[in-house]
Amino acid sequence: MLSRTAANLYWLSRSMERAECLARILDATNRLTSLPQADSETNEWDSAIATAACAEAFRLNYEIANEQTVTEFLAFSPYNPSSILNCIETARQNARAVRTALTVEMWDAINGAWHELKRFENRRLNRDDFSRFLTFVKDASLAYDGSAYRTMLRNDGYWFSRLGILVERADATARILDVKYHVLLPEKERVGGQIDYFQWASILRSVSALTSYYWVYKESVKPWLVADLLIRNPQMPRSLASCYENLTRYLDDLAQFYGRQGHSQRLARAMLTKLSNTTMDEIFQGGLHEFIQSFIAENNRLGNAITEQYLT
Amino acid sequence: MAVGFDEMRAANGQVRPAYLVLSDWLKRVPPDVLDYRRREAETIFRRMGITFAVYGETESTERLIPFDIIPRILTAKEWAFLARGLTQRVKALNAYIHDVYTKREILRAGIVPEDLVYQNPVFRPEMNGKPVPHDSYLQIAGIDVVRTGEDKFYVLEDNTRVPSGVSYMLENREIMLRLFPELFARHAVAPVENYTDELLATLKSVAPLSAPGDPAVVILTPGIFNSAYFEHSFLADKMGVELVEGRDLFVKSNVVYMRTTEGPKRVDVIYRRVDDDFLDPLVFHPDSVLGVPGLMSAYHAGQVTIANAVGTGVADDKAVYSYMPEIVKFYLGEEPLLANVPTWRCREPEHLKEVLSRLPEIVVKEVHGSGGYGMMVGPAATKETIELFRNKLMREPEGFIAQPTLALSTCPTFVESGIAPRHVDLRPYVLNGRDRVRVVPGGLTRVALNEGSLVVNSSQGGGTKDTWVLDR
Repeated sequence: MLSRTAANLYWLSRSMERAECLARILDATNRLTSLPQADSETNEWDSAIATAACAEAFRLNYEIANEQTVTEFLAFSPYNPSSILNCIETARQNARAVRTALTVEMWDAINGAWHELKRFENRRLNRDDFSRFLTFVKDASLAYDGSAYRTMLRNDGYWFSRLGILVERADATARILDVKYHVLLPEKERVGGQIDYFQWASILRSVSALTSYYWVYKESVKPWLVADLLIRNPQMPRSLASCYENLTRYLDDLAQFYGRQGHSQRLARAMLTKLSNTTMDEIFQGGLHEFIQSFIAENNRLGNAITEQYLT
Repeated sequence: MAVGFDEMRAANGQVRPAYLVLSDWLKRVPPDVLDYRRREAETIFRRMGITFAVYGETESTERLIPFDIIPRILTAKEWAFLARGLTQRVKALNAYIHDVYTKREILRAGIVPEDLVYQNPVFRPEMNGKPVPHDSYLQIAGIDVVRTGEDKFYVLEDNTRVPSGVSYMLENREIMLRLFPELFARHAVAPVENYTDELLATLKSVAPLSAPGDPAVVILTPGIFNSAYFEHSFLADKMGVELVEGRDLFVKSNVVYMRTTEGPKRVDVIYRRVDDDFLDPLVFHPDSVLGVPGLMSAYHAGQVTIANAVGTGVADDKAVYSYMPEIVKFYLGEEPLLANVPTWRCREPEHLKEVLSRLPEIVVKEVHGSGGYGMMVGPAATKETIELFRNKLMREPEGFIAQPTLALSTCPTFVESGIAPRHVDLRPYVLNGRDRVRVVPGGLTRVALNEGSLVVNSSQGGGTKDTWVLDR
């Protein structure tokens, strides 16, 4: 397979996944700010920007973070290279560049989303419209993911598309956890109040895991259990452990297919081992923030290794 | 200008035999059914992303070429004649290009004037005396043919660089098969879908001798912003070959490789859809990022075939066109089967005088123009346009040719007012391999959708039709 084709499949999937993550972040933030107790000193819109990892670019364009500016920047801004709008635009460009490596169903999903997007662009959306927009983005990502899963040949093309999704997903989960933990666990550690409950629930919601949480832990939402679910629980499809289980698997598939192991296989396996051998106690002792920061850096390193090994 | 020949109804109003079934069907089918099918076709085209970009338009950069759902029908006999004529013409074109870059016998014999070659901006001195694999220069040609009567076919233009549009020929058929299975059941329509197999066989047949038994073929595209990108990816897909951009290729020790996820792989034949100028920044445009540095050196070393060869543009300029009958006779010793449209070469003072006196009734074309740009159709032109061309002609006569306005044939076409005759042309695609010439029966029929218009180019409001060649 051409390296460029592999790169397009990888980035196409990453962009679609990123669009979905942004939609989830915006959705959760909207919910939080519509709570009656929303007068706390933390600004949810600031934290949305931090979670999306684009605070710097945001500050270049806006003075304050509020519903209007953050929504505009994360969803529609042409100046934000990874706004939802640009993600879908990029995804379609990647898709066009490798049209023949996609199945008709995948192309339909992306091309359809791109055409649908035009209906929301350049239009003032009220909250209802906007929530419909977010649903549309999540559906588009599901349709893309599902069509890839159900129609693609299981060969290198498929594996590269999966790698893109998983690297992006691991990054998003880590960031959501990091930012919210910062905001939600001040020195006093007064946990368990009404606001906290909704805050924690919103984290889970933003990774589509609220129901799963109850199924797994069968108790009310506790910060350390949320961290456990999102970091170590391999049953939870957006957890770091699950992402790395799958990254390792698909990288191994590639290595077998091409008959050669490389740097990216080693990096993925090392991280998987680390995630399964470290207890939550150990993570908290060393500091959750530190743990996640080092995870994000490692995850980036894996992305670079994949690029170097296959995509250039 | 005379009334055009209608391909469904002869001059006496009788339906021509090839159209009997279709005409009967058209009479019975309710207009709203036709309209429904037309919209269905449009949806399919859009969903499949079969679009083209119009240069100079910023608004909607992706447009559909309008598709007319009424097929154009040619009989087996008509096609057999065309196929023979096309084969002959393409052989002569290849011989001409070979001669221009080697012995130049035709120039020395005084048949084609030297400056038509040497002053031609697409003449490539880099190719002088350089061998190409199997002396094969022109593998893929699009020969534009028009019709003016029962047995009157003319070649309007030879496209010998990177002719496009063949994906429309194939997709139009695909869509017609989906929309009108009942019509196919009642006609014996010769298939066209083997085109891509024939193309691959043609490309493999011209691989360099150094290539392995099963040569590696790729299509080289300028990228997704090119107006014909859809076609490039379509053809790559149907042939099962890689669609590469310049940056996917590199040259080492005069061998061309592509970058793959498993490391470098050798490339033997490049079907390029990139113009000469952009192929190799070391030889042509130094700032081009579309090409491959070192490609020309690998090419001259005989390690790779470029199809069409570099420099084939010397054969498709409109001034050279006017010499085609002599070119056919010179190389093949045969009378040309397909006629040329009589052409005035404005470079010749006698011709220029004639042209200037008849501007409102004739067609004037830029020698190097294409795609319907840079031409004037006298009977449809405004006074201003005519004066503009008069000035151009007097300033730079060698830049133009002129032809009588032909009464192009018409075919029934589904337009807003119902079914009405519209002017058509035909672009068959001729594949010229080392082993033989292959022409799939049919081609791309382009139709001028505006009433009375003679310009069929998609950039100028033209549409396309499926072209049926009846098997018997």
